[in-house]
Amino acid sequence: MSAYVLRRVAAAVVVLLAAFTVTFAVLYLLPSDPASIMLDAGTGGGGVDPAQAEALRERLGLDQSPAEQYVAALGRTATGDLGTSISSGAPVATLIAQALPETAKLAGFALLLAVAGGAGLASLATWTRSPRLRGLLLALPPLGVAVPTFWVGLVLLQLLSFRLPVFPAVGNQGFASLVLPAVTLAVPLSATIAQVLAQGMRAAWGAAYVETALAKGATRTRVQLRHVTRNAALPSLTLLGVLVGNLLAGAVVVETVFSRQGFGRLVQAAVTTQDIPVVLGLVLVAALVFVVVNLLVDLAYPLLDPRTAVTSYARSL
Amino acid sequence: MTSTVDRRRTRYRVLAASLLAPALLLAACSSGSGDPAAGPATSATSTPDTATATPGGTLRFALGASPSGVDPQQVGSNVSIYIARQLADSLTDQDPATGEIVPWLATSWDVSDDLTTFTFHLRDDVTFSDGTPLTATTVKANLDALAGPLGASAPLAASYLGGYTETRVDDEHTVTVVFGAPNAQFLQATSTVSLAILSDATATADPAARLQGEVVGSGPFVLESYTQDQGAVITRRDGYAWASEVSQNQGEAYLDQIDFTVVPESGVRAGGLASDQFDAVGDVLPQDVAQVEGAGGSVLTRTNPGVTFVLQPNVTVAPLDDPDVRQALNVAIDRQQLVDTVLSDAFKPATSVLASTTPGYTDLSDDLAFDAAKAEQLLDGAGWTKGTDGIREKDGAKLSVDVVYAPLFTGSQAVLELAQQQLRAVGVDLVLRQLTPADQQAVLTSGDYDTYYYNVTRADADILRTQFSSAGRNVNKRAADDVLDPLLDSQLATADPAARADLVAQAQQEIVGEALAIPLFELAQSIGVAGDVHGVAFDASSRLLFHDAWIEQP
Repeated sequence: MSAYVLRRVAAAVVVLLAAFTVTFAVLYLLPSDPASIMLDAGTGGGGVDPAQAEALRERLGLDQSPAEQYVAALGRTATGDLGTSISSGAPVATLIAQALPETAKLAGFALLLAVAGGAGLASLATWTRSPRLRGLLLALPPLGVAVPTFWVGLVLLQLLSFRLPVFPAVGNQGFASLVLPAVTLAVPLSATIAQVLAQGMRAAWGAAYVETALAKGATRTRVQLRHVTRNAALPSLTLLGVLVGNLLAGAVVVETVFSRQGFGRLVQAAVTTQDIPVVLGLVLVAALVFVVVNLLVDLAYPLLDPRTAVTSYARSL
Repeated sequence: MTSTVDRRRTRYRVLAASLLAPALLLAACSSGSGDPAAGPATSATSTPDTATATPGGTLRFALGASPSGVDPQQVGSNVSIYIARQLADSLTDQDPATGEIVPWLATSWDVSDDLTTFTFHLRDDVTFSDGTPLTATTVKANLDALAGPLGASAPLAASYLGGYTETRVDDEHTVTVVFGAPNAQFLQATSTVSLAILSDATATADPAARLQGEVVGSGPFVLESYTQDQGAVITRRDGYAWASEVSQNQGEAYLDQIDFTVVPESGVRAGGLASDQFDAVGDVLPQDVAQVEGAGGSVLTRTNPGVTFVLQPNVTVAPLDDPDVRQALNVAIDRQQLVDTVLSDAFKPATSVLASTTPGYTDLSDDLAFDAAKAEQLLDGAGWTKGTDGIREKDGAKLSVDVVYAPLFTGSQAVLELAQQQLRAVGVDLVLRQLTPADQQAVLTSGDYDTYYYNVTRADADILRTQFSSAGRNVNKRAADDVLDPLLDSQLATADPAARADLVAQAQQEIVGEALAIPLFELAQSIGVAGDVHGVAFDASSRLLFHDAWIEQP
């Protein structure tokens, strides 16, 4: 088991290094450079004096060759220093430390809603014996995936913030400000979960062990909860690891619509200004989150399905 | 037809709102006497206009975009200046109604006949919010820093200080700024936020730290906090007593505090204003005006001075190396239709390369009048004949012109799409190339474009030299000439306002005559304010001032 974890950690390091390198290369291949963008913003779009741009590049260390800058950035990052933002001068670690907890709250709550909503919908749709209700419920997930996130956000705002002043439209203050953004972010997620889970559950309902359980006198509800859900959950769990990436991507849109501080807004701003240190820091953190979540998902498989616990099973022989 | 009526109605509505406010105040003020329309107040307590303004309260303002920082000298975008302008004062102020330069931190000034030496006599009662006094050495520290290393990240201020030699401290409250060459635009530049005067400590602080909030000014508000991409909180400066005469309120600001929040979605800003989650919002889009007005609010607008939104041609590559083709584009554009169809009443069609609020603006609407027949005639004359698909051809080449633009202003795409249709009607294919600001900069350097779409805000006609001189930014990529370049250079060396205005007028005629720019429309600021908010004002550069602002208190 520990060898397995070690192997996964080594793989994670490779993934992080690759993400770092590719991001650096992409940012460098883009035309223009952060100094010109900064100066252009500084004149309100009035243009850039080449001599000024050169002076600023020198001050920011952007006049070195890409290879020199890559080595410097990599060395710095390896020692835990993410550097400072080019456009604002703020330490990247501070920017991320400010943004990440806000997005973690949003993503965590959205995930909770998505799992509850998706699982609830899928269970109800497969448990019910009314074909009409089932048809209706199973039509919802495609709809949830199809509607654009920003549109859902704006409709919720219009109804529950502007018309009925229940929730604040903007900001990060308190739980109330978290509700609408989390619901918005959860809609496409819960739809995806519901779709996959419902498919698994429908298959499970046709399995022999369900027939056996029913023959032994178990109620439909008990079969649904004890047998069907557990067997159908595995693909959804795998999906969950992937969906964390969707959460981070969705945060860009949701945080913009709801004017929330967070990871997504920071990504959007840093990419626009080609703020290399900030983008690199964000990519590293996102890659790290992705790696850790997928590791946790892999480690959780044996809890649901003992057959997947190959390593520990082999050792116990 | 209806558009004219609409526009007039809006203007009356704004006018009525601004007239109504003081009238209501008069009614509420038992001892009120005198004419509310009389000139600017000279004292906070002696005029009915300001006597009934209720002090106190927090104004919640929704910004349309993220500020790039809060340092008055380094920032350039409108939203950044909305915050930074409140924190600091400048040597002079510019009256938005007349364009005249009036005293602010300097009570008076002397300019040498050759426009190289500017002596400022400073007020002796001004302190910064850290308690330190304003002295001649403070001004020197500020200008020396901007002419030196700080200039790299303060491009506007650095451009105003071109040819800077030194600043001399004559005595504690007298300071002389010396240039190596005539600099007619410098006096107006001293009124801008870019040359605002900050404390001695700030002048020598790290540029990045200043952007993040290490800024001490003498303005009517003090920075409380600033969070990047989120917003800022500013609070009233106690004891503020050195407003310029343009300000109605000569004492402390009325508002206790202003909370700026970045709200990127325009619909959320308008909805937030209508549902009382904000008191004022920036960048009200045409489609949101009804919601703001329906909730009892109003939309304040002012045209940005400076270069209008233009298509500026690259005159070194075909087909726009031919002046007749450029001229044809100029008359093929129906500017009134651009404004009526895709913009709102707040915007005006361009009638020169300068916006109508720029001092020195000349009305060239006759030269820019829509005339499709003339456009066709010019293009026929230039040898471009219509092909089967309606697009003109010459020697096997299509008459295709590209435009590079960054979607910084929300209406740009729609404007350019309509311009594309208008040009197609006379057989010109306009190809839209939307780029990020970063890519746009790269393209500008390489010269790989037919036309470049942009605008610049500046309340001085010297902006023409910056953008059109062959030694300046030279978006036209043209060679030095003996007509336009001398005009642009000599206006900078002309002290007499009338003579300078004449040179500037000639420069505008030359630019439009040679079609070195195809002006489209004048940018305008559009600010939504709730019904109980008064006194939010525009400065000469059409940026917001909150010193006079107040909220009706229960």
